[in-house]
Amino acid sequence: MSATHELKFVPASEFRERSATAVGDAHLRQSFRAAMDFLIARRAAQFPDLAALEQQRRLAEQIRQYTLARLPDLLEQLERKLTANGVQVHWAETPEQANAIIVDIARRHSTRLVVKGKSMVSEEVELNHALAAAGIEALESDMGEYIVQLDGEKPSHIIMPAIHKTKQQIARLFAAKVPGARYTESVDELIGIGRAVLREKFRAAEVGLSGVNFAVAETGTLCLVENEGNGRMCTTVPDVHIAITGIEKVVEKLSHVPPLFGLLTRSATGQAITTYFNMISGPRKAGEKDGPRELHLVLVDNGRTQAYRDEQMRATLQCIRCGACMNHCPVYTRIGGHAYGTTYPGPIGGIISPHLLGLAGTHALPTASTLCGACGEVCPVRIPIPDLLVRLRNEAQHDARPGRPPLLGQGAARSRLADAIWQGWAALHARPTLYRAYAWLATRLRALTPSRQSGWTLSRTPLKPAPRSLHELLAARKKR
Amino acid sequence: MSARDNILQRLRAAGSARQPLEPDVEGFYATAKAALPTSTRAARIALFCEKMAFWRGEVVRVTRDTWPEKLLELCCAKGVTTLLYGEHSEHAAALQAAGISGLRPYARPIDDWKGELFGEIDAGFTSTRGGIAETGTLILWPDNREPRLLSLVPPIHFALLDADKLYDRFFDALSEQGWSAGLPTNALLVSGPSKTADIQVTLAYGAHGPKELIVLLLVNPGEVQ
Repeated sequence: MSATHELKFVPASEFRERSATAVGDAHLRQSFRAAMDFLIARRAAQFPDLAALEQQRRLAEQIRQYTLARLPDLLEQLERKLTANGVQVHWAETPEQANAIIVDIARRHSTRLVVKGKSMVSEEVELNHALAAAGIEALESDMGEYIVQLDGEKPSHIIMPAIHKTKQQIARLFAAKVPGARYTESVDELIGIGRAVLREKFRAAEVGLSGVNFAVAETGTLCLVENEGNGRMCTTVPDVHIAITGIEKVVEKLSHVPPLFGLLTRSATGQAITTYFNMISGPRKAGEKDGPRELHLVLVDNGRTQAYRDEQMRATLQCIRCGACMNHCPVYTRIGGHAYGTTYPGPIGGIISPHLLGLAGTHALPTASTLCGACGEVCPVRIPIPDLLVRLRNEAQHDARPGRPPLLGQGAARSRLADAIWQGWAALHARPTLYRAYAWLATRLRALTPSRQSGWTLSRTPLKPAPRSLHELLAARKKR
Repeated sequence: MSARDNILQRLRAAGSARQPLEPDVEGFYATAKAALPTSTRAARIALFCEKMAFWRGEVVRVTRDTWPEKLLELCCAKGVTTLLYGEHSEHAAALQAAGISGLRPYARPIDDWKGELFGEIDAGFTSTRGGIAETGTLILWPDNREPRLLSLVPPIHFALLDADKLYDRFFDALSEQGWSAGLPTNALLVSGPSKTADIQVTLAYGAHGPKELIVLLLVNPGEVQ
């Protein structure tokens, strides 16, 4: 494999065009529909007692809100504890800072290869690009991530990165790109091919990188949730382990972990528990025979403090990244993850991406919802996702409310024409004489209504005024 | 100002209008437990076995006297030619006495023999700190005697679990064993052999870690089936 993989980038502003293409792709529609139906059924089977689920969700929400209310203190406690455990803690406000920290560590160890466990934050900061620019290969080792990387793509789902691919496509990909691999459609054999390639890499890499699911402040522990064992490989075999995570992933106590962990796996894949739950509290100690000699944690802000400063939008940071909202989203299921063009697709992407990337490039995403409410209903930490989608739609159309600092890209979706139309509309409806005159005219001239009415008639029949207004009809009835 | 100071300053400036009460996690689990029939040893064993089987972990009931013999038998049946174990671990003497050919101690730091570990070892043996019945889970507590990779790199993982140390739930295990007072560099929960469903949501075992997990469950002579 080449040292660098060409990644395809798509700006979020092209969201509408990409969704139209995705909706027309029968193959993709089938892949997502089948996978989402499967995940929905699996999750439902884990929660037979809805009243009990509701209690668990309330507890999880309470834990996350309690944590967020004390976030700066807990981050400092986490840093103190980790430092005492021998872990080096780094802070990054921007993706550039996060990447610079990691590239610097990699360079200090003169490594050519970084093996990566699953980390959405590393996708968010485009770490692989930064490493490639520094001449360092970043190899994804989660099977799904490995597959999409091999094909020069990005994940289409945060839990199941290669969900958009069929086994035939993967079979062709392996046969073409993995040296010595023959064409096989057997899933066991395909996984075996990936296993053999990646085991070599685990052995060879000097630096391993992972994400973090929960960072426990009380004990200075980084928790990782996974089924495959690649997370353990990346965090145990190489000499250096770098963990990267968002500042919101902290929890205060170890005892706060079981309720969140139990809901995470059940909501995500319908598993009562994953194969591995990895609790890392430090690098190799004197006398120990394995484990990394150096352990780093990179805490990333990247717009999270913007969500934090607003009481309503702070709920966005309650997220534990289970992906249940996308699995249950009728829009996500029809267009798939790539159409969004952002690291986090689906409903959670709609409410987090504007903070990470600004509303200018992402204002279409909060509109990619029917507001059916499914995302909010299944969210294990009770994030009011539909309310936040509506809030961001408003923020994209208006100036910041008085006394509040504007969001990045505040008012980006505003159009002068639309503003003028709404102002006219408001004036018309506030003046009875004007309104009656307008109604009289509109009903008399209805034959002149255009048959094509901008976006409205793309998928709807044209609007046409009635022959007579309700006012007129009632007045006529009274006369009789 | 550093990135650290900027981030903390922004968070502090935002403040928190509400100060939510500390969640009563213990009370939550106590209430849930009170609603269920009292947990018995037999029920915990039965549930653990059922759940571990669901994850494709093999459970073999053994006694304090018979487990080395049973391990030897399993090694022969599975064609294990090299079995790695913790050199000075609690069970080292029993393993050495079991007559397992190809028994190898994890004696040197990994840096010296990574290639051998990845290429030549068929199976690894570890103790456990306990188990969780609800989810069919092993608690592993690697240390200088039983290193981390013992349970990860070899294709087969044998784990010895004492049925006395089966807890109902994860929360019970971490609170009763007082984990927050001191965790090892890498504590683990393990539920079955490694797996993935990343290709067309089809489950496949042996993703990156062990392809097989065999639990030797230590029970009283009367509990062996």
